[in-house]
Amino acid sequence: MTSLTAQTRQRLLSTAVLIGFFLLWELGCRASGVSDLILPRPSQIAYVLWTKMPLLWPHAVQTLYTTLSGFGLGVCTGIVIGMIIGSSKLAYDVAYPLLVGFSSIPKVAVVPIFVVWFGAGTVPAILTSMVISIFPVVVNVATGLANTEPELEDVLRVLGAKKRDILWNVGLPRALPYLFASLKIAITLAFVGTVLSETVAANKGIGNVMIIASGNFDVPLVFAGLVILAVMGVMLYAVCSFIEGRMTGWAQRKDAGSSVVMA
Amino acid sequence: MADPFIELSNVTLQYGGGTLALAQTDLRILQGDFVALVGPSGCGKSTILKLVAGLLKPSSGGVVVAKREVAMAGSGASADAVGATAKVRIGLAFQNPTMLPWLTIRENVMIPLKIVEPFRRDWAKKKKGEYAERADALLAQVGLKGFGDKRPWQLSGGMLQRASLCRALVHEPQLLLLDEPFGALDQFTREELWDIMQTLWMANKPTVLLVTHDLRESAYLANRICVMSSRPGRILETREVPFARPRMLEMSYGPEFTTLVQQLRMRIAHARTSAPTDAPDALALTPLKANA
Repeated sequence: MTSLTAQTRQRLLSTAVLIGFFLLWELGCRASGVSDLILPRPSQIAYVLWTKMPLLWPHAVQTLYTTLSGFGLGVCTGIVIGMIIGSSKLAYDVAYPLLVGFSSIPKVAVVPIFVVWFGAGTVPAILTSMVISIFPVVVNVATGLANTEPELEDVLRVLGAKKRDILWNVGLPRALPYLFASLKIAITLAFVGTVLSETVAANKGIGNVMIIASGNFDVPLVFAGLVILAVMGVMLYAVCSFIEGRMTGWAQRKDAGSSVVMA
Repeated sequence: MADPFIELSNVTLQYGGGTLALAQTDLRILQGDFVALVGPSGCGKSTILKLVAGLLKPSSGGVVVAKREVAMAGSGASADAVGATAKVRIGLAFQNPTMLPWLTIRENVMIPLKIVEPFRRDWAKKKKGEYAERADALLAQVGLKGFGDKRPWQLSGGMLQRASLCRALVHEPQLLLLDEPFGALDQFTREELWDIMQTLWMANKPTVLLVTHDLRESAYLANRICVMSSRPGRILETREVPFARPRMLEMSYGPEFTTLVQQLRMRIAHARTSAPTDAPDALALTPLKANA
């Protein structure tokens, strides 16, 4: 009962903080009289969003489509690579430095290469968001697989379990929470990748709209683009979070503590 | 004398780091026997268990289980040896219950049926019926009736250990290897589980090898007790345990039982002080890989 009210209170508080943030922003802008070329007011941004929605909508859909494609490809590739690396100690040790090397390359730097290979447009954007979302997935899946308790593995090996049996029955379920944790990171990174590529080389997408708008000094429109990105990002994060909770409820035992039975 | 079910002949095991865990160990266990290995910590008790299971390969000497060479020094990788032992159905339980948190207790207990032949081939057909009933029956026997649908984190340590015993027994193993299975439990639960263990053993008479540091436990459960020296481990003495079965808790407070435990205690104390001739400092520096 107390936990419920605590939860409600927390929700109320975060809503209040959110509203307060925009209110403060609005009032601050009005009081200081700062030009909307520097920092537009939330009300201006909302107005732009409302009036230019028909124009913005296809771009939002484009960005969402690109992000989800890149994210999907990245996650699938990441799972496969993670499984290969995580199922063998040798592969883990050998491949890890390479992976760290790849991941430390600033992803902005790969966009021009993709543009040279595939031309400007959707493909480099998809590839960028894919490349950027692979790494967290690989690391998490590999770590999850490598974390199998040795004792449990012994129990199964003595039963005559093949490596495949152990991977399927223990390794993969054990890696699932790690995978889902990485999905939440990967989806936000995928947005970064898409928008990055769209600002550099594309004629569609929110990133493209923002770069053009900033060229025209249409700062409220730039902010409107930001808001759209934020909303999409939060929505997809929530979806990943929801799936995570459904799939790996067993890994989040805190709430279950009260139902512990004593022997 | 009948052929032994398990035979270790002149087995030496040196771990990669150079730690000598076992030196020239001989051990013969008959089918259906209940043998306990006791000894000071780090003496290689668990190592023997792992050798018998085929999880480790001896540096020299041979390990034979059910007339089948599990591992001989210099033979193939121990991974193959595990495959070879799998012909004998083995049940394994550790101090740690290692239940899979995403499965229910019943599903956890049923894991061996999913992996071991001949149960494996009927898994899809029988997992809802016969196998589930078998798991439930075992759970009821250890006092976990009605807990089959619970998740591991909803049970206490003692209950999990009971379930772990069920998992070790569900595929009717011919050989049961127990590595301090009651070590982490409180005295009451432990004694209760001794009785359960005894009942289960008397029902099917699998061959049992129990590693423990609890001398009362060894005297209560085993037919024979092997006392080991400290590292490098050797079997110093084998004691027959004469008490009739089923043994009762009252018996364990009787004079004969107490005397036996006391003698074992003194033997181990002696084994520790008359420890190897190596300088103790050198011993302290070697990594403690033998986790017995």
